[in-house]
Amino acid sequence: MLYASRKDFETNMLAPAALLFQAASGKLISLSPVDIAIIVLYFAMVIGIGFYLKRFSGTGEDFFLAGREMTAWIAGLSFVAANLGSLEMMGWAASAYQYGILATHWYWIGAIPAMLFLGLIMMPFYYISKTHSVPGYLKLRFGEPARALSAITFGFMTVLMSGVNMYAMAIVLKVILGWDINFSVWVSSLTVAVYVVLGGLRSAIFNEVLQFFLIWLGAIVTSVVGLIEAGGWSGMVQRIHANFPAQDYTHLWSGLGSFRSNPMGIHWTGIVFGLGCVISFGYWTTDFLVVQRVLTARDLRSSKMAPIIGAAFKICIPFIVILPGLLGLAVLPEHLVGAAQATGNLHSYNEVLPLMLARYCGPGLLGLGITALIAGFMSGMAGNVSAFTTVWTYDIYRALMNKNATDEHYVKMGRWTTVIGVLVSIGTAYMVMQSASIMDYVQALFSIFIAPLFGTVILGMLWKRTTGPAGFWGLLCGTVSSFSMWLWVKIDPSALRYIALSPYAKTMAEDMYRALWSWLICVIVTVVISLLTKPMLEAELEGLVYGCTKLPSEGHLRLYQRPVFWAGAVAVLFVALNIIFW
Amino acid sequence: MVEGKGLISIWFFIGVLLLVYGIIILSAGVYHLFHPPAHPVVLANLHAAIWWGAFVLLMGAFYTFRFFPRRNK
Repeated sequence: MLYASRKDFETNMLAPAALLFQAASGKLISLSPVDIAIIVLYFAMVIGIGFYLKRFSGTGEDFFLAGREMTAWIAGLSFVAANLGSLEMMGWAASAYQYGILATHWYWIGAIPAMLFLGLIMMPFYYISKTHSVPGYLKLRFGEPARALSAITFGFMTVLMSGVNMYAMAIVLKVILGWDINFSVWVSSLTVAVYVVLGGLRSAIFNEVLQFFLIWLGAIVTSVVGLIEAGGWSGMVQRIHANFPAQDYTHLWSGLGSFRSNPMGIHWTGIVFGLGCVISFGYWTTDFLVVQRVLTARDLRSSKMAPIIGAAFKICIPFIVILPGLLGLAVLPEHLVGAAQATGNLHSYNEVLPLMLARYCGPGLLGLGITALIAGFMSGMAGNVSAFTTVWTYDIYRALMNKNATDEHYVKMGRWTTVIGVLVSIGTAYMVMQSASIMDYVQALFSIFIAPLFGTVILGMLWKRTTGPAGFWGLLCGTVSSFSMWLWVKIDPSALRYIALSPYAKTMAEDMYRALWSWLICVIVTVVISLLTKPMLEAELEGLVYGCTKLPSEGHLRLYQRPVFWAGAVAVLFVALNIIFW
Repeated sequence: MVEGKGLISIWFFIGVLLLVYGIIILSAGVYHLFHPPAHPVVLANLHAAIWWGAFVLLMGAFYTFRFFPRRNK
C-alpha cells in the first residue's frame, strides 16, 4: 500500500498507534519507574562503552576493522546481531501474524545454508585477500569500476536501510510509550552516532553483542508465557485453526505447492530458488553490513567459525520473533489487520509484538522487553552506519578522491562520515514515511542490489575464467534489470504475473522472482563477456579465486575443532526442523 | 581478545548490566507479589518477573565474576 503523502501515512499507519495509546491508558503503555530505569541504564551503558573504547580506536585498522582481533564467538554473535534490527523484531513478528509460519523461511532456508556456505567456502578468500570490505574484494578481483559500482550502490542501500530501522523504531516507541516520533529518531540515532564515532567498529561490535543478550532476555519471556497460555505448541495450533479456519498458518512447506494454497501467495520454487539460492546467499555472503563483522576475526579458523556460530543462533531466533506472531494469531481476542484497514479500534499487524509484550510483561519485564526492541533497532542502525563509514572512507573517498592521505586522516574522515551517515539516515527515515509497508520496501532493496552482487562475487571466487570487464558489466546489467523489473511492477501492477509467472502471485513472490531473474541476468552476462575477453593471469588471482589459492590445511585439528564439523551439525538441525514443521 | 592492550572483556560489561537488571526485575517482581498492580498482566499468577529476574541476576553475577578485569590480569 503506497501512501500519497506523509499525512496519509500518519492517518493510516500512525492513527491506530495513537488509538492504542489512548485506549489503553492503563497498563498497556504506562511505563513504571522501574522500566524507565532499565531503559536509561541501557543508554548509559552503550554510551559508556563508546567512551571507554575511544582510546582503542586510534588507527584505521582499529576504527574500521576492530583491529582484526575478535574471537569467533564475538564475531559470530555480532554477525547475527547486526541483522537483528527493527525489521527482525517488528517486521517478522508482523509477517508471522500475516503469513503464519511461512515467515520462518527467512530464518532457515533464507539464512542457514548461506551462512554455512560463507563460513566454509567464501571466508577463506575474503580473509586471505586481507580485504577490508566486499567492494574492496571486487577491486582486487575485477578492478576499480566494479568496486565503484558496488560501493556506491551499497552506500545508497545502507542509508536507506538505516532509515527504515529508525522509522520502525519510532513507530514502536510511539505505539508502546507514546513517544514523539521525532524524539525517538533523534535520541536513538544520536546515541548510535556517539558510540560509533568514539569507538568505531569495535564499539559497534561490543554493543551488538550486548544487544544480542538483551534481545534474547527481553523477548523470550513473551514466547514462554504465551506458550503456557496457549497450551503448548499443539494448543496454539488448535487455537489458530479455530480462529482462522480458512488458511494454513502452521505448515512450512505443505502449502507451497500452489500460489493459492498459502497466505503468502508464493510457490515453493520462489522460496527455494529466489529466497534460498539468491536473496539469502546475496545478503549473507556479500552484504558488507554482516560480512564486515566476520572480517574482524583474529584468524582464518575464527573467521570460518563465526558465521557457523551465527547460524546456530540464527536457527533459534524464530522462537523469539516468529512465535510471538503465531501466538498473536492464537490468543489475541481481536484480529489484527493491514495498516490501511487499521482504523477505529482495529490494530495493524505491525503492532503484534508490542501487544504481546504488553499482554504478558509487568513492570521490570516490560522495561526489559522495550529495551530489547530498542537494542535491536540500535544494533541494526549501528551495523548500517559502521559499514557505510568503512565503504565510504576506503572504497569511495580513498579510492576516488584522496588516495595518499595519512591513516590518521582516514580515521578522522571515518568519524565525520559516521555523523554524516546518521544525519542522512535520519533524512531517509522521514522519506520512508512516504513509502509502503516496511517489509516490502526492504525486500525490494535486497533484490535490486544484493542479488546481482552475489552473482558477481560467486563467479569471481569460484571461476577463474571470469574477467574484470565481465564482472563490472554483469553487475551493472543485473542491477539495472532488477531495478527495471521493480519499476515495471510499480507502474503497472498487472506486470507481476510476468515476473512471478502466475496471476495469483503476491508481493513477496514478486521479490523472490525478481531476485532470481536479476541474478540469472548477471551470471549470463558475466559468463558471456568472460568468454569473449582475455583471461586473467593465474598469478593475478592468487588469494582471490578457488583453484588459484592455497588454502591452509585443517588436518592437524581435532574433529570437534574443525568448522566443517559444526557446520554439519547445524545443517542436520536445519533439515530436521524443516521436516518437523513441514 | 586483545588482552595485550588491557581491554576489558565485553563479557564483563554484559555481566554488570545483567546483574543490575536482575536485581531491579527481581525486586519489582517481589514487590508486586505483595502489592499486586491494579491491572495485572495475563498469567500474572506465574510471577514471571521473579523467576526471570532471578535468572538474569545469576547470569549477570556469573559473567561479572568470571570476567572481572583484575581477575583476568
